[in-house]
Amino acid sequence: MSDRLGVRKTYKLYLGGTFPRSESGRSYSVSGASGEFLANAALGSRKDVRDAVVAARAAFGGWSGATAYNRGQVLYRVAELLEGRRDQFAAEVATSEGLSAAEALRVVDAAVDRWVWYAGWTDKIAQVHGGANPVAGPYLNISTPEPTGVVGVVAPRESSLLGLVSVVAPAVATGNTTVVLASETRPLPAVTLAEVLATSDVPGGVINLITGRVAETAPRLASHRDVNAIDLTGAPADLATALEVAAADNLKRVLRRPPSEPDWTADPGLGRLTAYLETKTVWHPIGV
Amino acid sequence: MLVFRPPTLGSMTVTAPAPFSEVTRSESSLRTFLHGLPGVDAVGADARAAMLGTRSIKTTSKAWALDLAIRMVDLTTLEGQDTPAKVRALAAKARRPDPADPGCPSVAALCVYPDMVPAAVAALAGSGVHVASVATAFPSGRASTAVKLADVRDAVAGGADEIDMVIDRGAFLSGRYAQVHDEIVATRAACGSAHLKVILETGELGTYDNVRRASWLAMLAGADFVKTSTGKVSPASTLPVTLVMLEACRDFRDATGRQVGMKSAGGIRTSKDAIKYLVLVNETAGDDWLDPAWFRFGASSLLNDLLMQRQTMASGQYSGPDYVTLD
Repeated sequence: MSDRLGVRKTYKLYLGGTFPRSESGRSYSVSGASGEFLANAALGSRKDVRDAVVAARAAFGGWSGATAYNRGQVLYRVAELLEGRRDQFAAEVATSEGLSAAEALRVVDAAVDRWVWYAGWTDKIAQVHGGANPVAGPYLNISTPEPTGVVGVVAPRESSLLGLVSVVAPAVATGNTTVVLASETRPLPAVTLAEVLATSDVPGGVINLITGRVAETAPRLASHRDVNAIDLTGAPADLATALEVAAADNLKRVLRRPPSEPDWTADPGLGRLTAYLETKTVWHPIGV
Repeated sequence: MLVFRPPTLGSMTVTAPAPFSEVTRSESSLRTFLHGLPGVDAVGADARAAMLGTRSIKTTSKAWALDLAIRMVDLTTLEGQDTPAKVRALAAKARRPDPADPGCPSVAALCVYPDMVPAAVAALAGSGVHVASVATAFPSGRASTAVKLADVRDAVAGGADEIDMVIDRGAFLSGRYAQVHDEIVATRAACGSAHLKVILETGELGTYDNVRRASWLAMLAGADFVKTSTGKVSPASTLPVTLVMLEACRDFRDATGRQVGMKSAGGIRTSKDAIKYLVLVNETAGDDWLDPAWFRFGASSLLNDLLMQRQTMASGQYSGPDYVTLD
C-alpha cells in the first residue's frame, strides 16, 4: 500500500481557449450515479456567460472564414484525440451515468464516431443544402449555406458525452462558434472534452464550455443580444418556455426542447447541421 | 520660497525656485528644476494604480460613471483613409451617441486631422460638441517649428476649439528642455483662444520620472491639458502613467493656482477600463477633475462599449455590437 497522495484534477471552465475558474470563484460538488462524491466543478456565473460570448464572437471570423475542408481536418483531429483518451472518457461516463465498463466504452466509441461523421459533413453540407436555382432570367442563381454566428447550446442533461458531442459537433461543423452549458449533474466528461479541444487545432473561443446551474446561466444566454441561435435540448422543462420568450427578443434561431431526451444512438440526420445556417443567394448576370 | 505638497510617491519634499518665471529663464535653470523633481516610486505607482483598479462600481454609481465617461470622450478618427463623409458620420454620433435614447449625453469633442476640421465644424455647429484637431506634424512631430506652427494656424483658422500638439520627444530625451518649452510656448501663442493639449507620448519617454518632468515642462509652458499619447505608439495610455500625470496636475495647481486638464488616450477600449480611470482621477487629483472640462478620454472604440454597457444596464440583457454603429 503506497502512501502517495493522489493528484486530483481541478475541473474548470473552458473560455476562449483557456481554463479559468469561474469569475465568481464558486464551485459545486458533482456526484456519481450512485450518489458518491466525484469532484468539485466550477459553478459558472452570468459573467462567465458574457465572457464566453465575447470569446465566441471573437473566434467567429476566423472559424467561419476557414475553408470547409480545413474545418473538417481540424474536427477530425479532435476525433483522433478523443480516441486516445478512450479509457479516461469511459471511466468518467461510467461513473457519471452509472453504466458498466463495457456499456461506457460503447458510448465513447459512438461519440468518437459521431464526431467523425460530423467532421465529414463540413465540406458536403453546401452541396446538399445549397445549389443552383433555376430562375426565369439571364442569371446564374446560386444559394449557399452560411453559418449563423454564435450558437448557445444547453447540452443534454442525461447523456454527458454522446449527447454533448451530438449537439456541439454539428454547430461548429458548419462554421458557427458555440457557448455550451454542460449537463448540470454530469459535467465531468464535458470538461475532459474541453481538454481534448484545447490540445487539438480547434481555435480558442470556437467552443466555450461552462459548468454550473443551467437555471442561472441559460436565461442570460437566451436573452444575450450577441447570440444568434440557441439550442434548448437540455433545458429544464419548467424553463423552456421562458427561454424561448427571452430568445425571441432578438430573433434568435431556436432549436426547441424535445419532450424527452432523444435516443442519441439513433441516426441523427441533418437537422442539427441545418439548424444554424443562413442561406445566401447570389444572382449573377450571364451573357444573353 | 514656494513650498508645495510632496507628491505622494516622492521621497522628499520639493522646494521649487520661485517664481516659476525664474525656472524657465534658461536651459540650465529648467534642467535644475526638472531634475530636482522627486523621483517616482515606479513599483509604488504600479501598485497604487492596480489597487485603485479593483474598486467595484455598481448600479447607480456605474450608471453615473458611464454617462460621465461618455461626456468625457474625445471621439477620435486619425486615419490616413479619413474623408469628410466619415467625419460627418462620426459628428452625428458625437451629437447623439445612442439615437434610440434621447437621455444619452453628447461626447466632449470630435478629434480629427487639421484638413478635416472644416468638415467637423460644419457638422457640429450649434451642438456644443467641440472640434479638436491634432497638429504640429502629428504623430511624430518630426518637422521644423515653422511647419508645425503653420499646421496649428491652419487648424485654428478652420475653426478648431482645441489643438492637440505633440512634443519633440527627441529633443526632450536629449535633454534640450528649453527647445521643447519654447516650442510649446510658440504653439500656445499660435492657438489664440483655442485650448492647447500637449501630448507627451509617454510610450516613448521610457520612465515615470521622464513622464513627471515632461508634465511639469508642458504645464510651465502654458499647456491647458496634458495628454498621454498619440495612440499611434504602444504602450499608449496606462493607469500608472495617468497616475503620475494626475499627481503633476494636482501639485501644479497647489503651487500656482492654475488648474490643468488631463487626457488619457490610446488603448482604453472597455467601460471597465474607463471606470478605472475615473476612480484614479477622483483618488489622485480629486473630484475637481471629474468633469469633461478637466478630464478626457481619447478613444474611438471605447464609446461603443460604453453605449453597450448603458443599454445592458437599461434592459437587463447583454447587448452586442449589432446594436451600435460601425465606425
